[in-house]
Amino acid sequence: MKFLRYLARNPVSLFGVVILLAFVLIAVFAPVLAPPQSFQLSPYDTPRAGFLATPQPPSPEAVFGTTQGQYDIFYGVVWGTRTAFKIGLGVVAISVLIGTVVGAVAAYYGGVIEEVLMRIVDVFMAVPFLIAAMVLTALLGKGIVPITIALTTFGWMSYARIVRSEILRIREMDYIHAARSYGASDLRLIVLHILPNAMFPVLVLATMATGSMVLSASALSFLGVGTEEGYADWGQFIAYSRNWIVGQPGNPFQFWYTLAFPGAAVFLFVLSWNLVGDALRDMLDPRHAH
Amino acid sequence: MLNYALRRLMMLPIVLFALSLMIFALQMSLSPTQRLAAYAPSPDYLKGGQESIRRMIEQYGLNDPFYIQYGRWIGGILTGNLGWSETARQPVSTALMSLFPATLELVVLAFVPCLLLAVFLGSRAGIYLNRWPDHVIRIFTILGWSFPVYVFGLLMLLIFYSALDWFPPGRLSQWAQTVVSSSDFVRYTGANTIDALLNGNLAIFGDALRHLAAPVITLTYVNVASMTRVMRTSMLETLRQDYVRTARAKGLPRRVVELRHARRNALLPLATIAGMELAVMMGGVVITETIFDYAGLGQFAAKTAANLDFPAVLGFGLYFAVVLVIMNLVVDLIYPLLDPRVKTQ
Repeated sequence: MKFLRYLARNPVSLFGVVILLAFVLIAVFAPVLAPPQSFQLSPYDTPRAGFLATPQPPSPEAVFGTTQGQYDIFYGVVWGTRTAFKIGLGVVAISVLIGTVVGAVAAYYGGVIEEVLMRIVDVFMAVPFLIAAMVLTALLGKGIVPITIALTTFGWMSYARIVRSEILRIREMDYIHAARSYGASDLRLIVLHILPNAMFPVLVLATMATGSMVLSASALSFLGVGTEEGYADWGQFIAYSRNWIVGQPGNPFQFWYTLAFPGAAVFLFVLSWNLVGDALRDMLDPRHAH
Repeated sequence: MLNYALRRLMMLPIVLFALSLMIFALQMSLSPTQRLAAYAPSPDYLKGGQESIRRMIEQYGLNDPFYIQYGRWIGGILTGNLGWSETARQPVSTALMSLFPATLELVVLAFVPCLLLAVFLGSRAGIYLNRWPDHVIRIFTILGWSFPVYVFGLLMLLIFYSALDWFPPGRLSQWAQTVVSSSDFVRYTGANTIDALLNGNLAIFGDALRHLAAPVITLTYVNVASMTRVMRTSMLETLRQDYVRTARAKGLPRRVVELRHARRNALLPLATIAGMELAVMMGGVVITETIFDYAGLGQFAAKTAANLDFPAVLGFGLYFAVVLVIMNLVVDLIYPLLDPRVKTQ
């Protein structure tokens, strides 16, 4: 209810929610929008209309045109929405889980355990994120599972930091002392009383991170270590457009469609998550409200 | 203060040690034959058949236990030998050192306008809260923040290279490259713009700028967003403080209070974020350099990561950790200059 009232007052945030819902619908109805053909082994293998090297402009058969090697851009963009949701939500969910456990254990036990865990967090923070993720993906092979593992391995740390500091802050509040005086065990205190209240900042961070993780995943594909050739993945399709940025003399924008459609998809997807995250933060953090 | 700086520096060896262990563990997940590639001086060595491969695995001790191999490897690194990069076909340290000026040049040229723009836009947005400048700036930043670097970069190439032919990719044109590599041209720093000025060659200077323009615009736009947001929030908080009201009450003009009194204090949180941002940029503007084919550390790191060129990846990791620690230290040391209260505590 509070959220709806906020949206009514903030058209920009409303816009973000609407695009996000549109993406959800595209992902759900992908088989209707771009039906896979019967010979496809997996619906994520983009069908090809021949093997011509040069991209072909939009036409009734391929409404967004085709890439080099004749992958259908419309099909890739539609099924790529599912890929984006899988990677974004998958990476963030696992990262939140790991970060919460590490942060909670550090705050709960304190002392040496806390020191060691937080130094491990520091070390992971000192790793160049994209390069480390590239190395791990290159080692594990192509596909969305290796991408998810790589992005999670180097992306869980900020949740651990937030959860720890929130627990340390909330632990000293009166209602916790009250619960303790009733004889509640430490574990019960952490899981039932502290963590639920510590999750709000995590929720904001996670919402924002969903967009940026999809950006990183596409970047991996763009840099050549992400998904397999022809996999319905926006980064992959943007990578195809790279060779066709320069059109022929006299027609510099000849291959505009190879970049425009997958590029717009990533941009709008990330934008919608950022707008929703921004709205959540405004609502939950009184310091940002005006 | 000094005490604090020393403690920060003491973290460095710990981080570096853990980092080396991590990269080495990744490397050990490959088979000895795969790892052999890192030691082979040229691909021909690997074509000698099973017998010679086995001999070389023996020679380099690639079947020894984990800790012995790690000890030998870290021993080499401690004596300054970072190993051989298969990607660059030269020692890792040479490759990193020769690419560093290129990245530094790019990052500095992008960071300065980024910082100035963030201060300007962020404080304006705070002053004109919820009026049209604030709305325009908010939309501008949230768009920039959501724009994938590679899409924005490719768009730049499409407009400024394909259509207008103003800003070509690469670091220098063919003719300029010939001049720069000739013996008449002294390479003082390795940064093209500075070297061109020092050699008094304005043609080269212009050519270097032409190649820097597009990546600099890309980096600036993509990075200015988060810094502007921080500046705006911080400006809003400062404007609410009592001393701002006092200054207004005693009759100082609004502009003086906003731009002299408030903006200065609002800079503090920006310093922290800007330091982090600069460190991340120094740690390789991977995608930007790759798109514009700009031969710097970021492009090199991306290539080595994709090729699993482990000595180079570790060398890059060490470099990044050092940059990060130093940048944090610099921010900590600059802080008392911006806020004298910090020193007295």
